[in-house]
Amino acid sequence: AYRTDEGQPWVLPVVKKVEQMIANDNSLNHEYLPILGLPEFRANASRIALGDDSPAIKEKRVGSVQCLGGTGALRIGADFLRRWYNGNNNTATPVYVSTPSWENHNSVFMDAGFKDIRTYHYWDAAKRGLDLQGLLSDMENAPEFSIFILHACAHNPTGTDPTPEQWKQIAAVMKRRSLFPFFDSAYQGFASGSLDKDAWAVRYFVSEGFELFCAQSFSKNFGLYNERVGNLTVVGKDADNVQRVLSQMEKIVRTTWSNPPSQGARIVATTLASPQLFDEWKGNVKTMADRVLLMRSELRSRLEALGTPGTWNHITEQIGMFSFTGLNPKQVEYMVKEKHIYLMASGRINMCGLTTKNLDYVAKSIHEAVTKIQ
Amino acid sequence: SSWWSHVEMGPPDPILGVTEAYKRDTNSKKMNLGVGAYRDDNGKPYVLNCVRKAEAMIAAKKMDKEYLPIGGLADFTRASAELALGENSEAFKSGRYVTVQGISGTGSLRIGANFLQRFFKASRDVYLPKPSWGNHTPIFRDAGMQLQAYRYYDPKTCSLDFSGAMDDISKIPEKSIILLHACAHNPTGVDPRQEQWKELAATVKKRNLLVYFDMAYQGFASGDINRDAWAVRYFIEQGINIVLSQSFAKNMGLYGERAGAFTVICSDADEAKRVESQLKILIRPMYSNPPVNGARIASMILNTPDLRKEWLTEVKGMADRIISMRTQLVSNLKKEGSSHNWQHITDQIGMFCFTGLKPEQVERLIKEFSVYMTKDGRISVAGVTSGNVGYLAHAIHQVTK
Repeated sequence: AYRTDEGQPWVLPVVKKVEQMIANDNSLNHEYLPILGLPEFRANASRIALGDDSPAIKEKRVGSVQCLGGTGALRIGADFLRRWYNGNNNTATPVYVSTPSWENHNSVFMDAGFKDIRTYHYWDAAKRGLDLQGLLSDMENAPEFSIFILHACAHNPTGTDPTPEQWKQIAAVMKRRSLFPFFDSAYQGFASGSLDKDAWAVRYFVSEGFELFCAQSFSKNFGLYNERVGNLTVVGKDADNVQRVLSQMEKIVRTTWSNPPSQGARIVATTLASPQLFDEWKGNVKTMADRVLLMRSELRSRLEALGTPGTWNHITEQIGMFSFTGLNPKQVEYMVKEKHIYLMASGRINMCGLTTKNLDYVAKSIHEAVTKIQ
Repeated sequence: SSWWSHVEMGPPDPILGVTEAYKRDTNSKKMNLGVGAYRDDNGKPYVLNCVRKAEAMIAAKKMDKEYLPIGGLADFTRASAELALGENSEAFKSGRYVTVQGISGTGSLRIGANFLQRFFKASRDVYLPKPSWGNHTPIFRDAGMQLQAYRYYDPKTCSLDFSGAMDDISKIPEKSIILLHACAHNPTGVDPRQEQWKELAATVKKRNLLVYFDMAYQGFASGDINRDAWAVRYFIEQGINIVLSQSFAKNMGLYGERAGAFTVICSDADEAKRVESQLKILIRPMYSNPPVNGARIASMILNTPDLRKEWLTEVKGMADRIISMRTQLVSNLKKEGSSHNWQHITDQIGMFCFTGLKPEQVERLIKEFSVYMTKDGRISVAGVTSGNVGYLAHAIHQVTK
């Protein structure tokens, strides 16, 4: 979760404003939302992912399902795929998850009923970057019609994203091998500060004619973590296909949670639908993204100034909330035990935990860990 | 070509589809007696005063939006358990229970269904009353369970077929799962009397059945939360370790906020901790953690003495209005000159009434009178007002005389 420079959670100013508007609106009540969610939320959420000028939206071949956070969107998508993709109830369709990935990806698809969950190469520990060759090779060798979970931006946990050129290569292989793209978009806007930039990959795939799913989370970019606001965007070949897909997703939703929670969706819908509030929101998002980017650059420059062994450009080349520092488990143990700096055994740090007050301490501690422990 | 060419168009949800058809109707006299959402005597949705107050108190606290734990808001889950079990419950006081926050009634039922599928190895069979809420069957089926039924409603008398139920239940294979509606049976409104509950408890105990209570209307049925939870509490006192799903959609009017809870009564606190850990493992890949808003409101109400008192009064007010509409419907039917016995309308309890109307009669009500209900003749009494009860009685009389 995001933290301010004081190390505190941050409720976005635009969210506070909109919550007040909602509280003051006596015409609102707590009635059930439709099964697929608040219509204004669904349409606006998909528009954010695909772009105002998206040809897919113009061609009415985009569907949306309001879900409980990004997790809920992944789960509804996974449940649907297990029932209807690559045949009927084909639990044998391979599902590929990056190595490493968010650990819940595996559980979501497993609990949805898929029996064959595999990994694809992603992180190259030696060069601290993307193992593109490994990734493309895995895609070449994957059985036709396999499902690939792709991180739309700010890969969790490595912070390492393919470049546009690399995405183009990935798309080409996926098209040729008939692989299904299931995007996980949890950080749109939060990664680079630009909604459009962070959605580039998803939009590229759409422009290449793919049918795809995109699980969107508004937990981070709206700071609405506990309201569980998510959206499953479905891009299909045409309106008729999308309509039938949505009708079946409705049945899945009905036995999972019946209809989604209204508070968070109202906040997002109100914000996205108003040009003024939308601009305000983009500003708030940029504030968060900029702080993270600043911490990255400050951490890197301190490490380089200290002459910490190794290269540290990956700290600023990586993007989003997390960074794979490259620290090994022993060095991590030193950080935790001796310096009381908490990070994952994988060497992953949450950049949001850095503040102007603790930057020096963290940089020095990393320096110590790297020089004292091999 | 598309991946989805073979995907069939799913049929519209039978219950929610009624509201959609109602919305499209332009008749000024139209009545929506479909979905079970409470309406005041002006036919408007009712936001409880205690809810508004709780919301204001919550807003004033300026809390952050950090994720809830997977199992939900602790103050909420504890208060939900206490509400269901009673503050003097031995099971509650000893801590031999686990309650997790669920996405209203449906989500709580589904967590339970998934939990049973994974951990209740003795049987795949879930016995539902005939009839039951339409969504019970697909929920359990999607969780991987099999559905069976026991007799419950007697269409000849529009009341409980108690001997049929006892007969069927006494033959259910041991260690099967039986689902019971704690109060205000949906869709029939027919509840067992306390002596009948006692016999049911003895029988399920003898058959060694796992009891799954669905309590979506505590307080809303009789107007008294303790009375409505009587069966749940009695079963537990008889040593039956039930599982329970609760909803706060109706009794707090929190429909769209999705406030609910799933409870497992365990042998001891240690077992409860182990069960809790497994419930969390089930929840995480569904939606990670639950939505805060409804749970905070419910928690504020249940845990603030003044608000709780106000809530109890308001929930009784809703129950009383419904009871009064039942009475008025029956008297209006008499006034229309109907010779049928409509006593079941006032004998039944809760939001719903199984009118006894046949599908052809329901269809006429919809087409000729714009009175919308589900095909099984179920009406939501909450949709009846003193302003339209006369029209409803007239319409029913026309299609049944």
